[in-house]
Amino acid sequence: MDELNEEDERALKVSRRKLLAGTLAAAPAMAALHEVVPHQGVHDALGGSQHPDALASGGHGSHTGPAASASSVTHAHLNGLGTAGATFRDGATVDHKANGFNPTEILRDFDMGKTTRLASGRLLREWTLIAADKDIEVAPGVTFPAWTYNGRVPGPTLRCTEGDLLRIRFVNGSEHPHTVHFHGLHPSAMDGVPGAGAGIIDPGKSTTYEFDAEPFGLHLYHCHVSPLAEHIARGMYGTFIVDPKEGRPDADEMVMVQNGWNTTFDAEGNQLYAVNAIPFHYVDEPIKVARDELIRIYLVNILEYDPINSFHVHGNFFNYFPTGTSLSPVEFTDTVIQGQAQRGILEMKFPYPGPFMFHAHKTEFADLGWMGFFEVGE
Amino acid sequence: MTERVPVWALAGGVIALIAVVLATIAIVGDDTLPERAGPPIEEIAVESTRLEPNQIELTLRNTGPDAVEVAQVFVADAYANFTGADDPIGRLHSETITVDFPWQEGQPYLVSLVTSTGAVIEHEIPVAVETPDNDGDLFALMALLGLYVGVIPVTLGMLLLPAMRRFRPAWIRIIMAVTVGLLAFLAVDAGLEGFEIAGESGGAFGGTELVLLGAGLAFMALTAIDRYLSAKREGEGGASGFRLALMIAIGIGLHNMGEGLAIGSAYAISELALGAALVVGFAIHNTTEGFAIVAPLVRESERPSIWRLAGLGLIAGAPAILGAVIGASVTNAELSAFLLGLGVGAVIQVIVQITPSMRDKSGRALDAMTASGIAAGAIAFYLTSLLVSV
Repeated sequence: MDELNEEDERALKVSRRKLLAGTLAAAPAMAALHEVVPHQGVHDALGGSQHPDALASGGHGSHTGPAASASSVTHAHLNGLGTAGATFRDGATVDHKANGFNPTEILRDFDMGKTTRLASGRLLREWTLIAADKDIEVAPGVTFPAWTYNGRVPGPTLRCTEGDLLRIRFVNGSEHPHTVHFHGLHPSAMDGVPGAGAGIIDPGKSTTYEFDAEPFGLHLYHCHVSPLAEHIARGMYGTFIVDPKEGRPDADEMVMVQNGWNTTFDAEGNQLYAVNAIPFHYVDEPIKVARDELIRIYLVNILEYDPINSFHVHGNFFNYFPTGTSLSPVEFTDTVIQGQAQRGILEMKFPYPGPFMFHAHKTEFADLGWMGFFEVGE
Repeated sequence: MTERVPVWALAGGVIALIAVVLATIAIVGDDTLPERAGPPIEEIAVESTRLEPNQIELTLRNTGPDAVEVAQVFVADAYANFTGADDPIGRLHSETITVDFPWQEGQPYLVSLVTSTGAVIEHEIPVAVETPDNDGDLFALMALLGLYVGVIPVTLGMLLLPAMRRFRPAWIRIIMAVTVGLLAFLAVDAGLEGFEIAGESGGAFGGTELVLLGAGLAFMALTAIDRYLSAKREGEGGASGFRLALMIAIGIGLHNMGEGLAIGSAYAISELALGAALVVGFAIHNTTEGFAIVAPLVRESERPSIWRLAGLGLIAGAPAILGAVIGASVTNAELSAFLLGLGVGAVIQVIVQITPSMRDKSGRALDAMTASGIAAGAIAFYLTSLLVSV
């Protein structure tokens, strides 16, 4: 951080004088002011913004080389006595191995399914989704009894091309009744809701949903058994991408599902917020991207119990394609708001290297876990 | 039966039998009884809050049946780093955690403790103000405060003695009645405050019953002291008035300890604006207590020495100093409730002692005059208490 120059010092003195003039008893005020505005305090206050160098040098030195940037971001948080940002205790992380999934891997994990070319020339894509009850460490030391698709939250990102024939076998291995309800165009019997088609799938039972991949765009799937809010909040959701026939330009693609954890089960807001399930995960493991390379983010909001969510990126702007149903963007912005089940595609390039934060600009959510970093390399 | 079993052997045998049965239940019980259904019951009481620049220090006590692990903490909806309570806190155990958070003076904060099961235990800080250090300056300040609100006003009240001595006997009955009124309201006031504070405790060591326990113990202890003194002075005679004054002084002293405690703890959590108004208020209020102490001395033919009077004043007033120092250094709802209970019991015992001196020639304690006196005393105490609501 920079030292104050003469102009800064003059400005500061003026403001001190103004403060003094407003005080009745000058002598005690002088003493009080000396305590309130010590010299070093001013430096900290003015230098409080996160300079990349400060972040890089903020580590404890236990890591060197490329990995240093990841841990230094975390440690910088701990060194600031709370001023450098929200953090879990000691900057600790959850046990991804025990959880069975890691948000860093989920980020770029697209499941294209098992493909078969049909006689008609169409492509058949098949997936199996298995509902499973699973304890997930949603914050270091905090266990949440989640309901999952395939043992992970969010469930697998199912990806296909418009016009494909999709066949999703659903096996309920949970102790609770569930379904899979897809957003998209499909017959009523394939809607995955109680009372239509196979309806509720009881524990130990299974069904197969089959429909055409349309329309192209960014969609989602989730359980639709009542109480609906709980079945969603427990973790039963995932991303469903239908690519346009002509495809999209090559890019570094990633999926981000904005979610929350209502660990108290009071259905009044959440105690933890995240993208891809684990709060602060991309602070601990920043997303590595290349400067000037096109980045495409499939951003979905499934957050339960809060009316809106938002995504904001630092030092950059993006083209926004709501629901991904058009190939031309509707907005060039750095912040987008989404209600539950709203989603959209973001395309951007980072012009500068270094760490850049991204977080909900519902900043309360950011401080409760929904924040992360891009680490832009050359 | 040729030989009787000695009593000690009989009692010892029974105790041994009880011990064996309990030990057996303790060992076998776990296997024969089902485990409790449902999730663990997690209860944490925050016993004290200390605020230092950029840090919030909480002393936690597990008041529930199961161990509680504080996994994460968020303050004002932001997760924060903290130290302490590395391991689960066992039942009735206490741990101190220090949370890094740039709190701002004068603002309210909600500190949320997230346990390993995801339960959230909330602690509210109504107004954040830096906690004064427990150093010599604080103790000196509390001692000064105790002097102001305890010793000085009580002594001032006692200065009424020469004037009261000139009253006619009928007036003296009224004076005693006024004293009873004062003390009765004091007991009610302190009792209610004790119950209120007990309600804020976690309940691990009991809540409201601590007030009652304190009151019972103080009542019995003062009764025992009184009987002991009267038995000892049997035959000497003439000391009953002073003895009564001494009992009242002890009772009021116990009460003032509770009052000092309330003042000290209010100051420690920065809820108390120390100022001349408060000190003057307490002075007026506690002057009535000095009046109560000297009331039994009015009928004494022999004038008590100035030293004896000073001693009474110290007994009644000085505990306020002790209470203030304790209150400023430990915030413990259970202790406060218990000490307030002591004061209640002591004051009730004193009322029991005074009542006979209200009797007229026919032996009736309550007539129009004394009833008016009691009412006047209660009203006087109520009105002056409005000056000092802490």
